[in-house]
Amino acid sequence: MALEIIDSCVNCWACVPVCPNDAIYQAQPHFLIDADKCTECVGDHDEAQCASICPIEGAILDELGDALNPPGSLTGILLSAGELPSSIPQDIR
Amino acid sequence: MDLPVLFNDPPASPSGGCAANSCGSSDDQLGHLPEAIRDKVFNHPCYSEDAHHYFARMHVAVAPACNIQCHYCNRKYDCANESRPGVVSEVLSPEQAVKKVKAVAAAIPQMSVLGIAGPGDPLANPQRTFDTFRMLSEQTPDIKLCVSTNGLSLPESVEELSKHNIDHVTITINCVDPEVGAKIYPWIFWQNRRIRGIEAARILIEQQQRGLEMLVERGILVKVNSVLIPGVNDEHLKEVSRIVKEKGAFLHNVMPLIAEAEHGTFYGLTGQREPSHAELQALQDACAGDMNMMRHCRQCRADAVGLLGEDRGAEFTLDKIDAMEIDYAAAMETRARVHADIAEELAQRRQHGPAPVPILQASGPTALMAVATKGGGLVNEHFGHAREFLIYEASPAGVRFIGHRRVETPYCEGDSSCGEGESALAKIIDALEGCRAVLCAKVGYEPWSALENAGIQPNGEHALEPIEEAVLALYQELLEAGKLTDDVAQQRQSA
Ligand code: SF4
Ligand code: SF4
Repeated sequence: MALEIIDSCVNCWACVPVCPNDAIYQAQPHFLIDADKCTECVGDHDEAQCASICPIEGAILDELGDALNPPGSLTGILLSAGELPSSIPQDIR
Repeated sequence: MDLPVLFNDPPASPSGGCAANSCGSSDDQLGHLPEAIRDKVFNHPCYSEDAHHYFARMHVAVAPACNIQCHYCNRKYDCANESRPGVVSEVLSPEQAVKKVKAVAAAIPQMSVLGIAGPGDPLANPQRTFDTFRMLSEQTPDIKLCVSTNGLSLPESVEELSKHNIDHVTITINCVDPEVGAKIYPWIFWQNRRIRGIEAARILIEQQQRGLEMLVERGILVKVNSVLIPGVNDEHLKEVSRIVKEKGAFLHNVMPLIAEAEHGTFYGLTGQREPSHAELQALQDACAGDMNMMRHCRQCRADAVGLLGEDRGAEFTLDKIDAMEIDYAAAMETRARVHADIAEELAQRRQHGPAPVPILQASGPTALMAVATKGGGLVNEHFGHAREFLIYEASPAGVRFIGHRRVETPYCEGDSSCGEGESALAKIIDALEGCRAVLCAKVGYEPWSALENAGIQPNGEHALEPIEEAVLALYQELLEAGKLTDDVAQQRQSA
């Protein structure tokens, strides 16, 4: 039972201090969750803490590979991504 | 001469008079503050318009995590409020930070204040922030500490903050109305949950206000920063200013929103517009009637005053610091000497006041003048190297400091590529909008004519002169030459 951080993580550190199990560590190219330590916060909190503070949609996945913060759920920006001007570099979309 | 920036005259000024606006307790800009705080402000090296030319501050990036989302921030980069947007700092451990602070303080004795402002929210990283403060309080007692926060975790941190050598706390307060807040903050992380919308804004505002009250109660100085977001909180900031003043904040600093699409922020991507220079100034003026505005503040940025600018940052990279042996006890002696010298020089400047410049014509328009300076209170930076310009307003009544304008790319980026782009020059001219002249140590031929065409008189003849005197002298020259008539203004506008 563990969550996973994937490569859309922007290395913002927000999840690190809120994890009750010290399961998150700095790595290259992005932060990772130690699957042996992660309990999905069960017993500590109602919600997975890392996913509740992560500012990036899609950066944290559950065991089934589903995003805990799906596109559009945090800022609404991605919902209208189709309308973004082409001047915006791909990597910040 | 009457500078609107306070603290030019401490209460016990040897000049004996009440030349500046600290005179008259009813209109006293500091009148709303308790006595103890007032003294603290008056004696503060960093809030004196004079003193800030001499002292430097630095930041250490020990606090990466953040607990809220602001629409003007892209979390890939440093906090957009406290740093240059689009910049990523190398995160330091508290130990590395302490070593860096000692190295810089030893090499640059003018360094007097150490700030923790990010790259996230310092109080969302309590362990890292307070470890750093604890070590610095012990090991470098001659350095004042400051911290910036969004305020969400402030009330629970006040107790710990009051244990350290904390000089002041900066809270970013963009609103006092949750409905306005909901347009600025999409969510916060609060009591182990993500909370959104108006509810989130309400909690954040409550925490900010409570934190502000608690700090004031303990006699810790509080400065408030606000980001001016046109159409969202522009009018509302007047109320913010009134309320934070009532509660005892000693300064309210309004900064312009930066929202460029390439920074990838919500506002940048959704086309939220930035305020114009004129809008910013109008709001600062409106709030200043109510509250002290700290227009010379550079948000405590790492390169404040240019004493620790790009040129010197490279001396203090992690590997270089690692290799350094620092004798801080010896450095402290040097620092004490340097600080005493500065204090003496400042006292003398206060005593003599700004050198009188006779104004021949009794009437004349007010004019904005830009100044390129590296610090030290002098016109001493080349136009092409300036990363920012200080803006002064001159009139027959004297000169007052208005603010500073940054330029993203100096005209001469690096040493060889002067004139790198007309686009850089165009942007600088844009940044100088509304100015009648720009004073620098030197101006090249090409920017000279471009500036002239834009109605901005370039001037290198007052190089190395004290800024206020130079501005007033140039104002007078332009006035006498008939170059400050309204025609010129119209010409410029239509150009
Ligand atoms: S789900 Fe909880 S335990 Fe697992 S990494 Fe995230 S915060 Fe830590
Ligand atoms: S909070 Fe999200 S984006 Fe930030 S480091 Fe953790 S996983 Fe990466």
